[in-house]
Amino acid sequence: MDMQLPLLDRLFAAGLLIDTGVDGLYGRSGAFEDVITRFEAVIDGLGGVDKPETIRFPPGMNRAHFEGSGYMKSFPQLAGTIHSFCGCELDHVSLLTCMEEGKDWTGQQQATDIVLTPAACYPLYPTIAKRGALPAGGGLFDLQSYCFRHEPSKEPTRMQLFRMREYVRMGKPTDVVAFRQDWMERGTKLMESVGLPVEIDVANDPFFGRAGKMYKNNQRNQNLKFELLIPVNANAGPTACMSFNYHQDHFGKTWGLTTDDGETAHTACVGFGLERIALALFKHHGLDVNAWPSHVRKTLWG
Amino acid sequence: MKTQIREMLAQYASLPSAAGLDDDADLYAAGMSSHGSVQLMLALEDTFDVEFPDNLLNRKSFSTIAIIEQTVNQLVAGKEAA
Repeated sequence: MDMQLPLLDRLFAAGLLIDTGVDGLYGRSGAFEDVITRFEAVIDGLGGVDKPETIRFPPGMNRAHFEGSGYMKSFPQLAGTIHSFCGCELDHVSLLTCMEEGKDWTGQQQATDIVLTPAACYPLYPTIAKRGALPAGGGLFDLQSYCFRHEPSKEPTRMQLFRMREYVRMGKPTDVVAFRQDWMERGTKLMESVGLPVEIDVANDPFFGRAGKMYKNNQRNQNLKFELLIPVNANAGPTACMSFNYHQDHFGKTWGLTTDDGETAHTACVGFGLERIALALFKHHGLDVNAWPSHVRKTLWG
Repeated sequence: MKTQIREMLAQYASLPSAAGLDDDADLYAAGMSSHGSVQLMLALEDTFDVEFPDNLLNRKSFSTIAIIEQTVNQLVAGKEAA
């Protein structure tokens, strides 16, 4: 195959990703999915020893929880809301007329109670807060969800709908910071075990606007976010394939999460960008998984 | 200006206790959130018709009433000199 073609085109040509006509919205082949399944099994092997509570939410979350999270203060440009037709028969006729005439019909759609999940852990915090104070020792959770971010791009690593695997720790500041540190070391070893070159660097989230500049500076100055970076795209910086985030008491205060001794809980999460990791593996080891180095195959398939 | 800053802290940074805080008291320790400091920054820009440069958009610039006053004074003086 022509190695000069952009990675996305090569992935389409190999049938690993399937073009839908929308940038960042792709089908996945069985081979692509198998890599993600096997990689998740390796994650399970590392994270399972800590006995997290496993919870799976669908890729849509309660709009009230989304509003309460403050996501729109920071990332209004990335959010996706679910709208549906809520009109009468007459409205339906007018909607069909608009569609037939090629006019905008979406303005008649109304917001539902569901918002697309922006990060796998967003539905978790209000859910756990509702249970009452955390038990002694805090909480540890294992999550995975498709997530949505409105940022169409030709870079295959920047999908609009992608899966995020997460571990979330809630509890005392020292415990959640230790959890994050531990995963930075685990993540580095994990990527090395599948033959991927990594570096870890301080990072910031894509906060919106001028106010966002201040959030970005604050996040960096306080070392609240680190990313594990792997080169994937040609002529671009390395891609964040994992992130290690210390939220301090942000979610604890927002949702009234408390420790067993009544203090506001601190939280941290470690996230794996599953498609990005699969893409890094395809980029570095080739598009044919059968030709991957034997030690990488052994780690993933045993 | 300090009185005005205290009023703005109460109004925009959800810090009603600002009226009783010392000039050098740590505003974050007094309960100002990250979001509150951003709201304050935008309000200060609007009120004093200045723009905080990127290198001042950090926690330290908004950490005490004295620092805020000093920074705004510098920005206003810089504007007049320009």
